[in-house]
Amino acid sequence: MTTATAPTTGPLAPVRRPGPVAGLRHTMTLAWRSLVQIKHNPMELLDLSIQPVMFVLLFTYVFGGAIAGSPGEYLLFALPGIIVQNSFFATMSTGFGLNHDLTKGVFDRLRALPIARWAPLAGRIIADTAKQAWSVALLIGVGMILGFRLGNGLLGLLGAFALLLVFSLAASWISVLVGVLVSEPDKVMIFGFTVIFPLTFTSNAFVPTETMPGWLQAWVEVNPVTVLADALRGLLVAGPVARPVVTTLIWAAAIAIVFAPLAVRGLRRRV
Amino acid sequence: MNYAIRAEGLVRRFGATTALAGVDLAVPTGTVFGLLGPNGAGKTTSVRVLATLLSADEGHATVGGFDVRRDAHRVRQIIGLTGQYASVDEALTGSENLLLIGRLLGMGRAEAKARARQLLADFHLTDAGERAAKTYSGGMRRRLDLAASLVGRPQVLFLDEPTTGLDPRSRTELWDIVRRLVADGVTVLLTTQYLEEADQLASEIAVVDHGRVIAQGTPEELKAKTGGQSLAVRPVDPADVPTVVAVAGAAAGATPEVTQQTVRVPVNDPGVLPAVVRRLDEAGIAVAELSLRGSSLDEVFLSLTGHRAEQDAPADTDLEGAVA
Repeated sequence: MTTATAPTTGPLAPVRRPGPVAGLRHTMTLAWRSLVQIKHNPMELLDLSIQPVMFVLLFTYVFGGAIAGSPGEYLLFALPGIIVQNSFFATMSTGFGLNHDLTKGVFDRLRALPIARWAPLAGRIIADTAKQAWSVALLIGVGMILGFRLGNGLLGLLGAFALLLVFSLAASWISVLVGVLVSEPDKVMIFGFTVIFPLTFTSNAFVPTETMPGWLQAWVEVNPVTVLADALRGLLVAGPVARPVVTTLIWAAAIAIVFAPLAVRGLRRRV
Repeated sequence: MNYAIRAEGLVRRFGATTALAGVDLAVPTGTVFGLLGPNGAGKTTSVRVLATLLSADEGHATVGGFDVRRDAHRVRQIIGLTGQYASVDEALTGSENLLLIGRLLGMGRAEAKARARQLLADFHLTDAGERAAKTYSGGMRRRLDLAASLVGRPQVLFLDEPTTGLDPRSRTELWDIVRRLVADGVTVLLTTQYLEEADQLASEIAVVDHGRVIAQGTPEELKAKTGGQSLAVRPVDPADVPTVVAVAGAAAGATPEVTQQTVRVPVNDPGVLPAVVRRLDEAGIAVAELSLRGSSLDEVFLSLTGHRAEQDAPADTDLEGAVA
């Protein structure tokens, strides 16, 4: 412990391993790196901003009348669902970026530096969380312009943000695992689309479930997308909160317990 | 002697393939050491073990006196790494890349910025400093890669095939940079497939093949190993090639090799050249080219490994690709 906390005085007295404070500093520097990339890749900003807004507008005005009688009614129901879908897609960017770093050699460059071993991954996840917060804020902002109203005020909003954050952090492990296993970044996105689209549509994110066949309803009820959408509806609009929130947290814990060790093991094998 | 890098009996397997089959290295501080070998010989795997990116299955190694396994973090504090697999972030500008590494190395914002500016200037990248690295040419990219590995003023620098794919001018530029670094006291471990590169830069060379060091010495020592010199004769009339082969073979006492109508034979005896000239003259053969020169590292390599350095080893290449 004495060596770990000894002051660094340059290469003459190198420390044995970085302490947690230094690790946190490395993490924030690497998070900065991920965010600065947006400046040079306007497409990413488009992904983060225009896509969510487009989804809200399309769903509200195309499906709204048919599903809920009016766009305004539908918005109250669908906005939480759209937020969940956006969040699922957003977690894939962690795996995409990680795979990019692995295949392009950036990850090896970072690993050869005297930084905390966990900092590259943690930095990426923090940056992705910040990006996601931006998208969610944008979604709610646009929703409010279109007539969405918060049923539980600021507290409900903060609760929804916190719950999304916890769930996304857990779901990131799936993304990290995919990012570690596939051979190129585009395959992460292909995986994302082929899994997340059916996952988010076989839920109550966009439509009430009564007209679905019975076997599908059985799945829809346990689908984490449904559970998280219900929790967000409860927190942002109205309805039960405790049960869907607790079920969401159970899902998050289960996903993390299964996928975090697999992802870490996969990463160790890959590098 | 003081050694910046020492490796003893490094073994590394990937599944059924043995990438390193017991590599020993000793690199004196402040020198350029060349690791020479074809694709898949184990050069990259050796560097990855020494740069703490990969752990060896057997054997041990120290860099700057620190064990690469037990004291990996300390090793990372004194090394720089440039290779095709250790890359800068193409989405960032040159300046941001250097700033990022400076900050990760614990420099303050101002210090990291100043260091980035200085390195960009040193590597003639100042004008491109604010452009994304993905817009750089191959030569600029390598210079930025090298600059990135120098941010922390490393004592030991690993250059893994630093000039592969570069045009001759960029290659010479990079060589000059390496020479300046060594003049400043940096120890360089250089891997290359180019014999000329090893000859130009390294004071000592280890020839690697199939995961083993098969020969080691100064470029001159290695060249001397193949027995000195090589005689080349090209007759004007291609029909005379068999006669030339017979004459040169008899005079040198060895079997000549024929490539593109040029007959080559290794010679040790200074009397061979006049003898060959006399006999060709007697036979009335007109000679278009006749030369005697010291054998190149190319020939050293051929005689040591039985194959040319440029020769691809597809299976091994795939392996290294997958690992990298």
